[in-house]
Amino acid sequence: MIIQTEALRREFLVGTRLRRRRVTAVEDVTLTVARGEAVGFLGPNGAGKSTTIKMLTGVLVPTSGRARVCGLDPVRERRELARRIGVVFGQRSQLWWDLPLVESFDLHGAIHRVPAARYRERLDECVELLDMGGFLRTPVRQLSLGQRMRGEVTAALLHSPELLVLDEPTIGLDLTSKERLRSFLSEVNARGDVTLLLTTHDLPDVERLCRRVVVIDQGRVLVDDELAVLRQQFAGHRTLVVELMEPAPPLLGLTGVVDVTVEAQGLRQRLEFAPGATTAAELIAAVARHVELRDVSVFEPSIEDLVRTIYLR
Amino acid sequence: MAERIYFRIVGSRIRSQLAYPASFALDVVAQFFGQGIELVVILVVFTQVSTLGGFSAAEVVLIYGLAATAFGLADLSVGQVEELPTYIRTGEFDVMLLRPLGTLAQLLSADVALKRVGRVAAGLGVLGWSLATLDLEWTPARVVLAVTAPVVGAVVLAAMWVAANAVSFWLVDGREVANSVTYGSNFSTSYPITIYGPWLRRMMCYVVPGAFVAYFPALALLGRPDPLGLPEALQWSSPLVAAIAVTGARLVWRTGVRHYQGTGS
Repeated sequence: MIIQTEALRREFLVGTRLRRRRVTAVEDVTLTVARGEAVGFLGPNGAGKSTTIKMLTGVLVPTSGRARVCGLDPVRERRELARRIGVVFGQRSQLWWDLPLVESFDLHGAIHRVPAARYRERLDECVELLDMGGFLRTPVRQLSLGQRMRGEVTAALLHSPELLVLDEPTIGLDLTSKERLRSFLSEVNARGDVTLLLTTHDLPDVERLCRRVVVIDQGRVLVDDELAVLRQQFAGHRTLVVELMEPAPPLLGLTGVVDVTVEAQGLRQRLEFAPGATTAAELIAAVARHVELRDVSVFEPSIEDLVRTIYLR
Repeated sequence: MAERIYFRIVGSRIRSQLAYPASFALDVVAQFFGQGIELVVILVVFTQVSTLGGFSAAEVVLIYGLAATAFGLADLSVGQVEELPTYIRTGEFDVMLLRPLGTLAQLLSADVALKRVGRVAAGLGVLGWSLATLDLEWTPARVVLAVTAPVVGAVVLAAMWVAANAVSFWLVDGREVANSVTYGSNFSTSYPITIYGPWLRRMMCYVVPGAFVAYFPALALLGRPDPLGLPEALQWSSPLVAAIAVTGARLVWRTGVRHYQGTGS
């Protein structure tokens, strides 16, 4: 196990000296992550994701409970742990803003005492996969957000960490940059030598990178399961969209259909159906008995809907 | 081994500051005169009085020269510590905790301001001039003292500042407290402690050891007994005081970091 926590709890004192309140940011997080896994750590703002990550990386001491990361006590063995993990905060830079990107990399390599040959190899690989050749000599402060994030991820990987923790890595990035980063991370993880722990509000990140999802809310783990299992368990409604040859009145009353939306003067209809009550094939057959079909398509519930359903429970 | 990386970090800082030579030169000159202006204040005072706390103008200038050089060296090497509240507020301090290096060393190397050599130069100029004009009785011990005193004084000041700035781990607005120590020490070490009241004097000897930065070493260089009757041994004990101050400052810093990890921000 690369991450192991038991009843991790963290309280903060907030307010002025006169009116102190105790706020529990993380109430009870018990979690294990095996080597090589890719885990999506989800939850609304203030759910305790960042606090948990800070406790796992040695920035904060838990109020109670236990955490072991790479077999180490994160706070007591902070420096040793820092050699073995990489951390990327989407909103904070670990690069030197006035140095050319490549010099920040050099310093990172030196800080982590990466042997020269290994460093070269690792850097070349990242530069190629993340297409950074064009701006290696540019000072970090002049980089676009997308370029900088590629730099941040590279810096966090130069010392070949066993665990890569990413806190909102794609925040603010455009679609192309997001996609480039996702495919890079998924490749790095697929090779099996890096475990990924990822918090994000961007659910496609999770869909693309993680097989397992941990949802926390109000400091507690709500759900911890494979993404596929979650889909089945919490699946919202699937949607069958039918395009008709002739306009028709709403196709009400079919088995399993819970809602019908009519578009394009009745030429297109969206039928929401509960996956347990019928299948797409049965429903298509049922529709075809009533009207003449031109085209059909089926939409899966988005992971957004899925998480919303979990929160609502 | 570990030290080498700090030199590399500092080197990279310095290179980036030298990237704009004209602006850098102006900064250095400004620092030089910023420090030098205080000498003018002393000289103006001496147009009205012939001695200050029992010391002649040349003697006070010696104290000032020692203090200014020590201040410049301390400011150059640990002056960045006053940025701690900024690092805490922006979360950059968290980033430092994520590197396999000590937090204080990272903070000090993160933002070295080379322009502060201007201050050191001003201090050295005044010190050199006063050593040359005063008719000192040079013994080998005094030569060693004259060379080491500014460095030892800088260590004492640096330790005081680090400890004072560590209050930012406890107080959101610790900067004001810390600045009163940092800049207060610049002023208070530049004059003979005989001009202060007994309460403040005792504090500078035994609590915040400002008297060991310039006053006591100056007495030893001048070969003067202490006008207040303090033992002569104190005049030579700045290195010991520096060692104690450094140990204390490290302890305060470490406790501060532990507190930060305990409370967050």
